[in-house]
Amino acid sequence: MIMSECYLDNSATTKPCKKAVENMLYALETCWGNPSSLHDKGIEADELLLKARKAVASALSANEKEIYFTSGGTEGNNLAIFGAAYKNRRKGNRVITTAVEHPSVQKAFDRLQNEGFEVVRLKTDPFGRVSKEDLYEAIDEKTVLVSMMYVNNEVGAIEPVEEIRKAVRFKNSPALIHVDAVQAFGKLPINVRTLGADLVTVSSHKIHGPKGVGAIYIRDGVKLQSVAVGGGQERDIRPGTEAMPNIAGFLGAVESLTVKESLQKLTKLRDEFTDKLRSVEGITVNSPDDALPYIVNLSLNKLNSETVLNFMSGMGIYVSSGSACSKGHKSPVLTAMGLSDEIINSSIRVSLSRYTTKEELDFFVEASEKALKTLAKRR
Amino acid sequence: MKEVILVKNGELALKGLNRSTFEDILVKNIKRRLTHSVGKFTFTKSQSTIIIEPNEEDLDFEKAVEVIGKVFGIAGYSRAALSEKDLEDIKNVALSYLGDDLRSVKTFKVNAKRSDKKFPLTSPELCREVGAHLLRNIPSLKVDVHNPDIIVTVEVRDKHVFIHGNQIKGAGGMPVGSAGRVALLVSGGIDSPVAGWMMAKRGLQLTAIHFAAPPYTSKRAEMKVRELVSIVSKYSGRVNFAVVNFTEIQETIREKCPEELFTIIMRRLMMKIAVRLAERDGCGALVTGESLGQVASQTLGALACTNAVSTIPVFRPLIGMDKDEIITISRKIGAFETSVLPYEDCCTVFTPKHPRTRPTLELIEKAESAVNWDEMIERAIAETRYEAVD
Repeated sequence: MIMSECYLDNSATTKPCKKAVENMLYALETCWGNPSSLHDKGIEADELLLKARKAVASALSANEKEIYFTSGGTEGNNLAIFGAAYKNRRKGNRVITTAVEHPSVQKAFDRLQNEGFEVVRLKTDPFGRVSKEDLYEAIDEKTVLVSMMYVNNEVGAIEPVEEIRKAVRFKNSPALIHVDAVQAFGKLPINVRTLGADLVTVSSHKIHGPKGVGAIYIRDGVKLQSVAVGGGQERDIRPGTEAMPNIAGFLGAVESLTVKESLQKLTKLRDEFTDKLRSVEGITVNSPDDALPYIVNLSLNKLNSETVLNFMSGMGIYVSSGSACSKGHKSPVLTAMGLSDEIINSSIRVSLSRYTTKEELDFFVEASEKALKTLAKRR
Repeated sequence: MKEVILVKNGELALKGLNRSTFEDILVKNIKRRLTHSVGKFTFTKSQSTIIIEPNEEDLDFEKAVEVIGKVFGIAGYSRAALSEKDLEDIKNVALSYLGDDLRSVKTFKVNAKRSDKKFPLTSPELCREVGAHLLRNIPSLKVDVHNPDIIVTVEVRDKHVFIHGNQIKGAGGMPVGSAGRVALLVSGGIDSPVAGWMMAKRGLQLTAIHFAAPPYTSKRAEMKVRELVSIVSKYSGRVNFAVVNFTEIQETIREKCPEELFTIIMRRLMMKIAVRLAERDGCGALVTGESLGQVASQTLGALACTNAVSTIPVFRPLIGMDKDEIITISRKIGAFETSVLPYEDCCTVFTPKHPRTRPTLELIEKAESAVNWDEMIERAIAETRYEAVD
């Protein structure tokens, strides 16, 4: 079977959807005013901005006043973590995260650690999941921040984020709760009220929107210390003239979401896919069965990830080795999961989107079989 | 587990034979607000409680609770879980539904109500059974019958058993629409939205009248007022929003009247127009955000002068309140941040440097008589724009 291009790296980024592109063009060609201007050109842009804010709020079951646009997931995570830790410093010194976070969270905690915070990094089981018990154990009255990802970006494990609120209440802790929902947004139904989080980070380009824009939910009443200072935009939490073309694109992407239908479709697709993978000798599936169906991590026996990646790329199949953000490094996430070096060195991440078809996944399985047959193995 | 909301009426219980009318209005209001922002629910009235059940499983229950917290006429409400009329099921549901809450407190008690007297256990027996089950499963918990942190209530009714924790305080007041309609003069400051909110709390529907004076006031200013009206409407239900073009009148005052009387004359003319619009909209009174002594136009003498032009009652719910008390309510209803956005409004255009604080009616009427206002007033009324805000 021949396919011209088979993009299976949707956790790295996604193809912008039609509505996103249309909206961006509209913001570039027609509605290009500055939303802060008092005249009608500005008001027109401000209305578009409000529409986008309402759309993101509605996708999270939040109020529009709780949504702040950022330049993406990394900025959102930085803002949430530093903003919360610095603001609450006088209440306590302990901050909690996990060992499997995205670098924009991991390294933010590294910095907090250097500045004297006591940082606890929760370990995971072999499927990348943090345990409820460890979470309860770690939180105390001096804890001011708990930050956990909703879905792991390398294996798709869904973390027990809804337990954090219960644990914080149970331990009478003043901690603010941050959830990095970059990989979950638009894929799992998210309701910030039932989630119980104070801060939630989302990004546009993982849901078929443009790069360079994301948003952070800040629960009404929660105060953050802003990182930048400026002209008062985004209520001074994130000043700077709003990136309207990107925000308009984000709006288009959010409006095009079909969360529940896609989740159903993808679960079926993924189950068939992993069944096929497991039937091939030499393939190990590293993702847990109850992972987000958008991410499947697997290893081809004794083949280096990068070799496989190059081989696949030659056939027009695009996947990634570990997380695309840290290419070339041995994945700290897979290491934290306690996987053997053998498995880690050959790990490949296939990430799906709502546009992914059965044919594409079959093509990947075919290519994997070919790789196992033809490529030289490690000794 | 199926969850419902139990609403307890507020003062409604006191209203004798009118009670069912009030209750009907309340149910209608809750229904409209929930349908508008969440989805479809089923309503059942039973023994001064309104039972609200979601029609579909994946409706946003949290949002529904938030919406209900803003509806006037509700003294308190509870989120409750449904259980079968079976002791084992009651015990299991109580533990799984309230376990997390109970684990984070120290003391509790169980309160049982049995409207179905055929239920095999008496209320004290039911309390004992459920209490013992919770104590066995949550070792950190103690019973305190006088001052418990959480009261676990088990209500055995005709078809189901409802199990809930502490009641949540509702917005109080009377159901909007049970007391008629009033016209709120809304400028864009902190006070008028609060005044509107307070009168809606007493069961009044609102018409909001705003005076714009373009180009002295901007479109942004009008958008801000619309936003404020929309915030109030989350409590009061749909508001009939009227925008009056006041430019011609304002320019004429500026040209023809003494500067120190400018604000009072302006307010009298606003009041005159407002009375006419109010009557047209079936409003029984005007409402303003005036507070005694706050500014020159709100002294005793100045209020007497503006009051004199109104032929219907003028309610000033904030008259005896301090600014910080008003701000507290403004923050509570979520209007403050919008209120303080810096746009020029009608009342601040052409403000005199030294306004007269003790004007007499005679003096004002004399100054006004230099101009024939009638035609201008008719034009302003004829050109008034209306829209529904919610």
